[in-house]
Amino acid sequence: MSDTIVPLTSKKDWSSDQEVRWCPGCGDYGILTAVQMLMPELGVRPEQVVFVSGIGCSSRFPYYMNTYGIHSIHGRAPAIATGIAVARPDLDVWVITGDGDALSIGGNHFIHALRRNVNLTILLFNNRIYGLTKGQYSPTSELGKITKSTPYGSVDPPFNPLAVALGAEATFVARTHDLDRKHMLEVFRAAHAHRGAAMVEIFQNCNVFNDAAFEDMTGRERREEMLIPLHDGQPIRFGADGHRGVMMGRDGQLRIVEVADVGEDAILVHDAGRDDPSLATALARLSTDDHSPTPIGIFRAVDRPDYGTGISQQLITAAEHRGPGDLRALLRSNGTWSVS
Amino acid sequence: MTDIAERPHAPESLGAVVIRFAGDSGDGMQLTGDRFTSVSAWMGNDLATLPEFPAEIRAPAGTLAGVSAFQVHISDHDITTPGDAPNVLIAMNPAALRNELHRVEQGGTLIINTDTFDERNLEKAGYSSNPLTDDSLGGYRVVEVPMTSLTKEATAPLGVKPRDADRSKNFFALGLICWVYSRPVDQVLDWIDKRFAGNDLVRVANRAAFQAGWNFGETTEVFDHQYEIKKADLPEGEYTQITGNTALAWGLVAAGQQANLPVFLGSYPITPASDILHELSKHKNFGVRTLQAEDEIAAIGTALGAAFAGHLGVTTTSGPGLALKSETISLAISLELPLLVIDIQRGGPSTGLPTKTEAADLNMALYGRHAEAPLPVVAAYRPSHCFEAVIEAARIALKYRTPVIFLSDGYIANGAEPWRLPEVDALPDISVPFATELNHARDDGTMEFWPYLRDPETLARPWAIPGTPGLMHRVGGIEKEDGSGNISYEPENHERMVHLRADKVAGIANDIPPAVVRGAEDADLLVVGWGSTWAAIDASVERLARRGTKVAWVHLVHLNPLPANLGEIVRRYRHVVVPEMNLGQLCRLIRSEYLVDAKSITKVQGAPFTALELEQAYADVLGLTVGRPA
Repeated sequence: MSDTIVPLTSKKDWSSDQEVRWCPGCGDYGILTAVQMLMPELGVRPEQVVFVSGIGCSSRFPYYMNTYGIHSIHGRAPAIATGIAVARPDLDVWVITGDGDALSIGGNHFIHALRRNVNLTILLFNNRIYGLTKGQYSPTSELGKITKSTPYGSVDPPFNPLAVALGAEATFVARTHDLDRKHMLEVFRAAHAHRGAAMVEIFQNCNVFNDAAFEDMTGRERREEMLIPLHDGQPIRFGADGHRGVMMGRDGQLRIVEVADVGEDAILVHDAGRDDPSLATALARLSTDDHSPTPIGIFRAVDRPDYGTGISQQLITAAEHRGPGDLRALLRSNGTWSVS
Repeated sequence: MTDIAERPHAPESLGAVVIRFAGDSGDGMQLTGDRFTSVSAWMGNDLATLPEFPAEIRAPAGTLAGVSAFQVHISDHDITTPGDAPNVLIAMNPAALRNELHRVEQGGTLIINTDTFDERNLEKAGYSSNPLTDDSLGGYRVVEVPMTSLTKEATAPLGVKPRDADRSKNFFALGLICWVYSRPVDQVLDWIDKRFAGNDLVRVANRAAFQAGWNFGETTEVFDHQYEIKKADLPEGEYTQITGNTALAWGLVAAGQQANLPVFLGSYPITPASDILHELSKHKNFGVRTLQAEDEIAAIGTALGAAFAGHLGVTTTSGPGLALKSETISLAISLELPLLVIDIQRGGPSTGLPTKTEAADLNMALYGRHAEAPLPVVAAYRPSHCFEAVIEAARIALKYRTPVIFLSDGYIANGAEPWRLPEVDALPDISVPFATELNHARDDGTMEFWPYLRDPETLARPWAIPGTPGLMHRVGGIEKEDGSGNISYEPENHERMVHLRADKVAGIANDIPPAVVRGAEDADLLVVGWGSTWAAIDASVERLARRGTKVAWVHLVHLNPLPANLGEIVRRYRHVVVPEMNLGQLCRLIRSEYLVDAKSITKVQGAPFTALELEQAYADVLGLTVGRPA
């Protein structure tokens, strides 16, 4: 346990002794590596960190981190993590979840953790499929998805995880993908630095049950024209030499345009700190499929008091005003009488 | 106001009286009953209460469905039940009279607000003729008082509008009943001043109504004299009046202190458990964190997370909520973390009778989980008992790293009684150490941490909380290898773990007090009880004993594991009966566990047993006849 005495840690210190058991080629490996690489630079000790997960392939993640961890039950990780973060504001609490875990069975906990702005870093591995149960459609599967449970195609439209998060008043919302370690590191770093609930959607490939779901956007040769990197304070441009951009039409609709056609000044400047989430929502919904240009990066990052701090502050205020709890006095607080 | 000693007639002494306040949901009957209870407690009476109110917040006014009642039994001696049949009924409207009259003893007193007995209200209550004029109340002593109009007259000089004055009539009733039973006025007036400090017109109206009611008793000859109920001969000490839910909340605060741990309550509002959340939310200066979660599942989830993080994790609920928490309870059993799950039982299934009592969640507490998932179950038996019982539940949870289900019910939760305050210094120390050291040597001699290496005596695993250097570990719902805690799908390991979890809980039998038999050792009949049936069993056993019939009684606080000596006890008696507010859940357990022919006595009417009902049931078993006691 040398990690407890050396002040600096390396990736190895954050890796548990358990054999990683995802399918060969799974996108989860890349995410695990990125997180293990990131941890040493965050200035936290492994004993201060807790990873909490629900159920699903991604939820095995805590077993592979040499930190405290709970692999809990389906959908409930945000609730359990809320308890940890509120009880112990000194801890660094991460939630690992998937599209089924966070948006189907655990939808309620997911939105309320975001609404409360609990100090959590939530990584949502979105592979648009149920992998652990071997290939049923998920709440992010595209309409018409043919799977074992929908042989004639799914008839229910999917959630957009970012739009759900923004609708739940999330204070930090971002998207990245499993094939770009540098981008993951940037986004995870910012998510971790955010005080409050930070939600990161990760496009993650399930090469067994939904292979190449994001290939049209994330493939190495496709990225430049298909992923729209968001940079705070910068015009939203992409493609070779930034020849394309995002502008707002007179009807309020965001559109992808050739910069040369509209002029640089017409291109929307990204403002992640904008209080009103409607523009971030419009960006999150810019693409409605996985085959057209899609924004990635930090959509929204605003400061708002976090829930755990609010609770702790009430405890401090109560102790200041009323003094520390006195059990003898409490038992007498409704009035007493003596029998002698 | 006036010194009672100066009255022309000395008050007549009564040993006890049972009074039932009944009116519309909006008439403030709970408040009135509660205040009468408080002033009686302050006067040193022993007492027991039974609040009964409809599930609807405001059912249509004047209807039978909207009747809200509060029964209080005050006495000069030790009592346990709110009384079988009221001696006095205060009926604020026809619906209250019609709904409650059948409970009143023959020859009992009816104090009736005559102002409400108009055609419309009589019709709403289903009366075809006015009971005040049709001689149907001939078997009772009827005291007719126009409470509404007298209240209006008393408050009009203060500038109170008649419509607003109507809301003060319950204080008129309270004033009158306080006069009849020689209760002091200052206590109530002080309370009115405090309670309504924010609204001066309401405050003075309520004061005036209360005084008018008191003066009405004093100056009219409706009652020819007052009554008094002398102080009960209670054990020496300092007393307060307590409800079950308040005692439970304070018990949780105390458990946190005695465990030297912060209390964390995750809860979702549900009747009749919400008052625990309300009460604990007030006590943040004790370091108590309360979180009103998005649902029942999140409520227990946050509590379990807090437990992992080193807090005393608690969740409070009622039956439907306990059902929703079941999966997380199983996770807590697998994680082997301390957790208190508090179920204030109510009538069911489903929404059932949300404001009425029942004790039918025992099976769910004992068995209501997937797979082999045993846990300890502790049940409180009276309001004040909740305090020490929940400390005991916390002790077991912490020492054995297990979720514990704590059972109370609506009757205990809302019922009030005097409570002799415990010595805070004498409360048990229930603290347990957190793990801080590596505990297992690898083959090469280096040390590591095994989260499932058990204490050989308790079989509890170490509780290593986040923030502890070197003890980082992962726990989860997947089966773990005995010792290392690593994921294991090995068949033999799973079987060993299933047995270890069961043995750990079963072993608690050696760490709880043996069952104690009360009453006659050489009786033919043993009564086995649990929960709030305690009050009626206590009264019924005493009544049989007074008639010369020997009865023995054992009341269980620990329902899993059962006390180690219980089998020997239940086999000792010819007859064993088990009264329960369910269809025989403990009875079946006793029968299967000990192979005795225990007989079930059941009642599921949303109300506790009366002593008479139990006395009759014992007599049936013993082949005796029971007359109504004189």
